[in-house]
Amino acid sequence: MNAQAPNSFKNGPDEEGQFGIFGGRFVAETLMPNILELDDAYATAKKDPDFQKELDYLNKHYTGRPSPLYFAERLTEYLGGAKVYFKRDELNHTGSHKINNCLGQILLAKRMGKTRLIAETGAGQHGVAAATVAARFGYPCLVYMGAKDVHRQSPNVFRMKLLGAEIESVTAGAGTLKDAMNEALRDWVTNVEDTYYLIGTAAGPHPYPELVRDFQSVIGKEAREQIMEAEGRLPDMLVAAVGGGSNAIGLFHPFLDDENVQIVGVEAGGKGLDGDEHCASLTAGRPGVLHGNRTYLLQDSEGQIEEGASISAGLDYPGIGPEHSWLKDTGRCDYVPIMDDEALEAFQLLCRLEGIIPALEPSHALAEVVKRAPTMGKDQIIVMNLCGRGDKDVHTVGEALGMEL
Amino acid sequence: MTQRMTARFAKLAAENRPAFVTYFMGGDPDFETSVNIMKGLPAAGADVIELGMPFSDPMADGPSIQAAGLRSLEGGQNIPKAFDMVRAFRQDDDETPIVVMGYYNPIYQYGSEKFLQEAKQAGIDGMIIVDLPPEMDEELCIPALSEGLNFIRLATPTTDEKRLPKVLSNTSGFVYYVSINGITGAAAPKPDEVAKSVAHIKAKTDLPICVGFGVRSAEQAASIGKAADGVVVGSAIVSAIADSLDDGKATGKTLTDALAVVSSISEGVRSART
Ligand SMILES: Cc1ncc(COP(=O)(O)O)c(C=O)c1O
Repeated sequence: MNAQAPNSFKNGPDEEGQFGIFGGRFVAETLMPNILELDDAYATAKKDPDFQKELDYLNKHYTGRPSPLYFAERLTEYLGGAKVYFKRDELNHTGSHKINNCLGQILLAKRMGKTRLIAETGAGQHGVAAATVAARFGYPCLVYMGAKDVHRQSPNVFRMKLLGAEIESVTAGAGTLKDAMNEALRDWVTNVEDTYYLIGTAAGPHPYPELVRDFQSVIGKEAREQIMEAEGRLPDMLVAAVGGGSNAIGLFHPFLDDENVQIVGVEAGGKGLDGDEHCASLTAGRPGVLHGNRTYLLQDSEGQIEEGASISAGLDYPGIGPEHSWLKDTGRCDYVPIMDDEALEAFQLLCRLEGIIPALEPSHALAEVVKRAPTMGKDQIIVMNLCGRGDKDVHTVGEALGMEL
Repeated sequence: MTQRMTARFAKLAAENRPAFVTYFMGGDPDFETSVNIMKGLPAAGADVIELGMPFSDPMADGPSIQAAGLRSLEGGQNIPKAFDMVRAFRQDDDETPIVVMGYYNPIYQYGSEKFLQEAKQAGIDGMIIVDLPPEMDEELCIPALSEGLNFIRLATPTTDEKRLPKVLSNTSGFVYYVSINGITGAAAPKPDEVAKSVAHIKAKTDLPICVGFGVRSAEQAASIGKAADGVVVGSAIVSAIADSLDDGKATGKTLTDALAVVSSISEGVRSART
């Protein structure tokens, strides 16, 4: 179902917050004034050079940007095809790309005069980044996290506590990211006057998908300059993992109009798409409405949302940012699933070949690179977003491999 | 407005009493029991019925209604069954307005046009769809109005002066004033603040204003009903059903307990202006 391809892929969203039919503002009336206020605040901030200056400063001196673009020489040699580069956002302060978005949003919260932060988290990386900016800017912060994720990402739970955040373990549903997001929305409806909801991915009601994308686009902008410097040309392919889609859209967006750059998003295939233990919303879902936006969703025939499943806590969200849904339907980007065991294998490969312990989320992207690079020429270039480090996942991996920790 | 809705609010205005609007979750805990509860509501004092349609992710609902939705889904409730309930109800009662309340995705998947046509045929008068604000009117509101069904909008304490006209435009049937910022079953509203807000909205519309969220007792209903054209009670009824269950299944008490709460709060509503 290819929608008509536009002249530029970078113009979205429209006035209504839609990318084609995707996106929008499907929220309870209580939240509407707040969402419109955020829209205004962001529109004003975008035009304010001081806002960008402060964000640039924090990105540089607090996060450590720009993150390196690293040529993975041994991996490239091992795969025997395209040259593989990693955009190393796992080296950021807090260990993932999530901090890029949190810094942007805390500055907005401050401008809007909000005094309390809430956030949802799956893998806990966004929770940690939110707790970090809360500490840095003196905000109280409550993080909603599914009970299952609290268990499997316990190192991050402890980090959030050290940073002074409160954790609310959510037992509703399957106790994962979708349920945490429901609870965060319920909190927001109740405390709408003073609370800023710091959404962790490029999803939710407009303007979140847009502003999260913009704050994450620093990844793609830097990568563009860095690859030009290293190779004198743009890459042939970009690869990134998609959970809600923020690290992926951050890398992809600055390249959307470069038609020779092939773009691949990698979803969590879990235990395989035949059963119901996967989280491939784009490959196996249908358009529907959840959490404020229309997008591809995992759902049953009656529109009840299904739980996603993946070894990676950061990828098991049954939806996806609306811009990715649109990029899929226009045919600009391809989205493919990677299974748990493939991701685990890629995880180990990177540890041994490059001395980098990746998070399980980008391990999915890596598994796709492992498949694609050997089929490409040695003069071709892949840039992959290595968006998180794997410290948080060592217990999960240990369990999956039957190793004693 | 549908004939039933207009006639009902006109009759209540003539009697100078507020409407008692009762919410329950369709299919909770099973289809049979739920139909019997629905059929018993008018005799227990309900003037308008809100029939809840379950959704897996009810972001505006508190624990009671979340749990009711899960029981109902577990029991196999869906849109066709909600229509079956309405048809069964209409066999004995063609006067009490019925409003379905839920979230958009199940309707979107069912097909909005098909939903509206079948709803109308089944005898439904309107709908409240929590996650469709005025910004999304093209989705369901406009088609519902052209089908002759009411689209009842929520106004909230955050709906300010500037926004109120937008919320009121395309609203029909009645305006549902959500008395608190929060989810269903949460804190109780303050009667004098509610009265002020109701007066404020009334200055801008001729539609009846019904007030809900957080109303649990006859006393609260009586004080809210002084100013409002209707009082909505949901979580209290849903909780009474939950408390009567044995291991999630209906018992001999389920029907009577549910209707007893309705009768008791109904007295409060009826005494509001006496
Ligand atoms: C390292 C890492 N990568 C990816 C994700 C998935 O989110 P997104 O798709 O928004 O980048 C997460 C989420 O927790 C994460 O921690």
